[in-house]
Amino acid sequence: MSDSPAIAHGTLEAVHPEHSPHLHHQFESIKQQADAGNLAMWLFLLTEVMFFGGLFTVYMVYRNWYYPAFVAASHQLDWKLGAINSVLLITSSLTMALGVWSAQMRRQGALILCLVLTFVLGLVFLGIKGGEYKEKFEKHHFPGANYSLQSFVNPSSDPVAMAAGDKPLPLDTARKTEVYFDLYFAMTGMHALHMIIGMGILIFMIFRAKAGAYTTGHTAYVEYFGLYWHFVDIIWIFLFPLLYLINRH
Amino acid sequence: MSSATIISLPDQSTARIPKTNYLTKENGLLSWLLTQDHKRIGLLYLMSISVFFFIGGCLAGLIRLELLTPQSDLLATDTYNKVFTMHGVIMIFFFLVPSVPATLGNFFLPMMLGARDLALPKMNLASWYLYMAGGILALYAMITGGVDTGWTFTTPLSTHYVNTNVITTGLAIFIAGFSSIFTGLNFIVTIHKMRCPGMTWFRMPLFVWSNYAASVLMVLGTPVLATALILVVLERTVGIGVFDPTKGGDPLLFQHLFWFYSHPAVYIMILPGMGVISEVISTFSRKRVFGYTAVAFSSVAIAVFGFFVWAHHMFIMGISSYAVLVFSLLTMLVAVPSAIKIYNWAMTLYKGSITFETPMLYAFGFMGLFTIGGMTGVFLGTSGTDIHLTETYFIVAHFHFVMVGGMLMAFLSGLHFWWPKMTGRMYPEKISQMAAVVTFIGFNLTFFPQFILGTLGMPRRYASYPPEFQVLNVFSTAGASILGVGYLLPVLYLTWSLKYGKIAGDNPWQATGLEWQTQSPPLTENFSELPIMDHEAYDYDWLERQKAKEVASVG
Repeated sequence: MSDSPAIAHGTLEAVHPEHSPHLHHQFESIKQQADAGNLAMWLFLLTEVMFFGGLFTVYMVYRNWYYPAFVAASHQLDWKLGAINSVLLITSSLTMALGVWSAQMRRQGALILCLVLTFVLGLVFLGIKGGEYKEKFEKHHFPGANYSLQSFVNPSSDPVAMAAGDKPLPLDTARKTEVYFDLYFAMTGMHALHMIIGMGILIFMIFRAKAGAYTTGHTAYVEYFGLYWHFVDIIWIFLFPLLYLINRH
Repeated sequence: MSSATIISLPDQSTARIPKTNYLTKENGLLSWLLTQDHKRIGLLYLMSISVFFFIGGCLAGLIRLELLTPQSDLLATDTYNKVFTMHGVIMIFFFLVPSVPATLGNFFLPMMLGARDLALPKMNLASWYLYMAGGILALYAMITGGVDTGWTFTTPLSTHYVNTNVITTGLAIFIAGFSSIFTGLNFIVTIHKMRCPGMTWFRMPLFVWSNYAASVLMVLGTPVLATALILVVLERTVGIGVFDPTKGGDPLLFQHLFWFYSHPAVYIMILPGMGVISEVISTFSRKRVFGYTAVAFSSVAIAVFGFFVWAHHMFIMGISSYAVLVFSLLTMLVAVPSAIKIYNWAMTLYKGSITFETPMLYAFGFMGLFTIGGMTGVFLGTSGTDIHLTETYFIVAHFHFVMVGGMLMAFLSGLHFWWPKMTGRMYPEKISQMAAVVTFIGFNLTFFPQFILGTLGMPRRYASYPPEFQVLNVFSTAGASILGVGYLLPVLYLTWSLKYGKIAGDNPWQATGLEWQTQSPPLTENFSELPIMDHEAYDYDWLERQKAKEVASVG
């Protein structure tokens, strides 16, 4: 809780001494505007935390109930791909942070390069994720009417399950693997949706950066987007161990 | 009514509405649809929620007409289910949640803080568009077949056993949820960062405090509702089984997620109304609100406790008896801050110079009806009585006492209180006092019999009932028609007053808030000179000194 913003007062003409083109009419100073924007962005991220928090709660409940099924189902994921994706996302967070720095240093070329790199790294992440989804569809591990229990009741029929050394699960336990994949697709799907939205904004920002919008001292939007991108990154940092590494530690 | 009044209007023969104000600054439809002025957005919201209230009210009328007779004769039972579902969905998500914050809050919160606008005007406008998009989608779902799950979307009913427009309605609420999040987020940022010099936290009007508490609930609660709705939609479309017992899912988990939002949501609905009551009670008894700090913190306490009571909606659904014990206790706790407010308002009235203008009559209505509604909530929070009373008309009566008797009274109180500031004209006093009394009588006649019906065991959500319950149901339906008149009257005379009302002047109530220390209707930038808050909230002596100074300077 901050104190009342220390701002000048007086007639309307007098309160806009600088007439900065970036200062919106409702604010008294650039500092007040930046503070308000920052707080708004953090609050928005808080709502996102609550949204994913709901999903993580559901995950926590079922993982406790159906632990053996969750272990067997998680063996169907390739942890190497997950690890590569983690590295990709963390690197994209780095390029994004460098982008914010470039904007603050008013280096247009570096900013554009960083934004493009961030976009490309995000695209590769989604490509790998798409490959993983495709494999799940082909093995009928996508929840719904075509869901197949083959890999869990009869692991010897499935090289992946064999490699993980899975024992056959009783039918009743095996059926609970579908709950794991419900959550796998819901959580990574929501995460991917956030990335797709973020990459849409990135394209917009690359064009705006080419027009020189962020390198004249007004870097707020780049900073806010940076916060969003780091948030999406952090969600993945939680998703990766929870979904891929349940008993692989 | 006593002839004593505090209304002080300018000389009607010379008074004029100021030529330059937020209504006259720009003209044309686009100047409204693309406006970023919080006052205009507040009016857009006011018009939209009035339309939705009218639709929801018509559906309520249909329900009461059907229940006039024991048989299901006016509506088929399926239609009845759809009607009460849409009544709930529209009234809760498209009327009660945005009612006070998005209209009066939008309009007055920045003015009370001495700011020119909310911190994020574009987001404010976006929230109205999202609200409209959600509302139109919900109406579309209603027209193209409706939805019959009840507004609670209880699984597995909503996921497996009905084939109505669950997905469309769910998405409509999802979209409207964003509008609510945007409003709450905007308010929090504005309250933190946009206060004028001298406006410390404990000089803010209590209306701001209660809207702050409600905003925190909106920001923290609404996303969890989004989670629950997304999972229901995925369950219906893709066929995931998170809430499906045949696949290992648990329908009770949906209830937990849903009520984690929807219980705090009732505080989202009631808290801003409590803020209105604080303003009105203080102004019309000419006293600072008794125990200002306690009332301010009780709003925050309600917001905090409100997040830890959700499972009291689930006492009979098979949660563990230890959970019932804990949630029952926590539910009792949330009654404490509500009671603090009621006692403090009563103490504000004590030895005050009370006058009985319309906003005050509505505020009295609120205090009485909210107290009854709140007390019956304790019956329902007690696990023993809850087992008998839940899913009966007792619940319906309790909820409507709090939401209609409480919140709607507060909304109308605030609307009359600030009408002169919003439009520059007074509403007609006598007929509006009559409307307030008619509303109060009609309300009690409608909903008090439902308490009795509930204790006698009449279940809710059925189109037919045993004939021995008919007498009380006839009372209830008769009351609903009186209530309908009570709600129709303000629509008529407030519209009339837009052209023919007396010129209100800057401060007809002699109130102390910053919003009254500027012209009515206000300028687009609210104040011609940015205010400095140099006195405590509700300081009527300060107001007297100001007036004395004005007279001295003219002479």
